[in-house]
Amino acid sequence: MNPDPKKERSPSAWSSGLVLAAVAAICTALVTVTQRLTAPRIAANEKVYLEQSLRPALANVFYDNDLAESTLFLPPPHGLPGSETAIIYRLYSEEQPAAAVFVVSASDGYAGPIRLLIGIEYSGKLTGVQVLEHKETPGLGDLIEPSKSDWLMQFEDASLDAPPRDRWAIRRDGGEFDQLTGASITPRAAVRAVKETLLYYEANRDRVFAARTQGETVQEQEQEQEQEQ
Amino acid sequence: MSTNTEALQHIKAGLWNENPGLVQLLGLCPLLAVTTSFVNGLGLGLATLFVLTFSNALVSATRRFIYSEIRIPMYVLIIASLVTCIELIFEAWFPALDRSLGIFIALIVTNCAIVARAEIFASRNRILPSIVDGVAMGAGFALLLCAIGAFRELVGQGSILGHLDMLFGGETKRGLQLFDGGFLLAVLPPGAFFSLALAVATKNALDRRRKRMHGLLAARQLS
Repeated sequence: MNPDPKKERSPSAWSSGLVLAAVAAICTALVTVTQRLTAPRIAANEKVYLEQSLRPALANVFYDNDLAESTLFLPPPHGLPGSETAIIYRLYSEEQPAAAVFVVSASDGYAGPIRLLIGIEYSGKLTGVQVLEHKETPGLGDLIEPSKSDWLMQFEDASLDAPPRDRWAIRRDGGEFDQLTGASITPRAAVRAVKETLLYYEANRDRVFAARTQGETVQEQEQEQEQEQ
Repeated sequence: MSTNTEALQHIKAGLWNENPGLVQLLGLCPLLAVTTSFVNGLGLGLATLFVLTFSNALVSATRRFIYSEIRIPMYVLIIASLVTCIELIFEAWFPALDRSLGIFIALIVTNCAIVARAEIFASRNRILPSIVDGVAMGAGFALLLCAIGAFRELVGQGSILGHLDMLFGGETKRGLQLFDGGFLLAVLPPGAFFSLALAVATKNALDRRRKRMHGLLAARQLS
C-alpha cells in the first residue's frame, strides 16, 4: 500500500481551488458529451412514449397531427377535475378535430390524486380511460389499473347519454358503474372525474379544438412542464 | 500471486464479508425503496455497480491531486457527474426502467456506500485494486438488491422475474406467475425492512454455522 499522500501536503487555497476547478471542468465535459450523445434518443423515446401512453385511451381514432405540438397545458383553476395542471392533447385528422385526450387528476381518491388519461371522441363518446399514476392501496384500489383488472374497460364507448348523466356513479351510489370488491372510494373518485371531464368537454368543445395558435403559448407550456417536473 | 489472492479477498469482502448492504448497512434508502421487484433491483444494482466502479477508478487515478481539504467536494463532483451520465444513458436506452426507478437513479449520488468506498479504499489504493473493490462492492450490493427484489416480488405478487422487458427490451413479459394475489405486506415499505432483516439474519446464521464447523474441525484435529 502506498504511503498516505494526504499527510505530506499542505496546499494553498489557490492550488486547491485550481485542482477543484480542473476536476469540475473534466466532469462537466463528461456530462456534456453524454448529454449530446443521448439527447436524440431521449427525445425519440419521449415521443414514442407519449404516443404509446395515449394509444390505450384512443381505441382506433385516426389522427395525423404531431401530438406534442397540439398539447394544451391548463394551469389551475381550469374547471377540470384536480388541482394540478391539466393537459389536453388534441387530435386532428386532415385539420378536422378527431378526438381529445385529457389528463386530469381525481383528487378524492383513497391516497393522493389519481392521474387519469381520458380519451374523448369528437362526438363526446369516450374512447377509453387509463390510469397514469396513483397511490391507491395495492390489491384493493389499484385494481383500477388495466393490467390488474378490466374495470376501466366499462368506460369504453360510454358518454353522457349512455348511461344517462344522472346514472354516472358506481352501483353503491345508485349508478351504473361497477365498483371494486372492498374498494369503493377509488372507483367513485374515478367515475366522478371522468364525468366532470365529459361535462367540461361538452361545454367547451369548440374552444378546446379552436385554440390552435401555438406561437407564444408553447413557450409558456414548456415552462409549466418544467415546473411540473 | 499475491495480487491474485488480494483481489480474491477484495471480491470476497464485497460479496460477503463486508457486503455494503448486509454488513455495512450502507445505501439503505435505495435498497429499501426500489426492491419491489427483481427487475428494479437488478436495474438499480447495475447502475450502482457502474457508478461505484468508475468513481473508485477516478478517485484512485486522481488521488495524488486530491488534497484532503477538498476531497469531499471532489468525490461529490465525480460521483454526481457519473450518476448524471448513468441517468441519461438509462433514459436513452432503458426508458421503461428509468420511469420505474424514477428519482432513485439520481439518488445514487447520495448512496453513502459509494462515498465510503472512495474514502476508505480508492483514495488509498492503486487503480486496479480500486476497480476490483468497486466491482466487488457493487456486485455485492446489486446481488442483495436482486435477492430482496426477487423475494418481495415472489411473496408480494406471486411472480418470478416479472417485467424483464424493462431492462432487456422486447414485448411485455409478466414473468412466471406462481400464484395470484400474494402477501401484500411484502411490497409495502414494512416488507422492505422485514426482507432486509431476514437477509441479514440469514447471513449471520450462515456465518455462525460455518464458524462452528471450523471450530469442530479444529477440535477434532487437536484431539
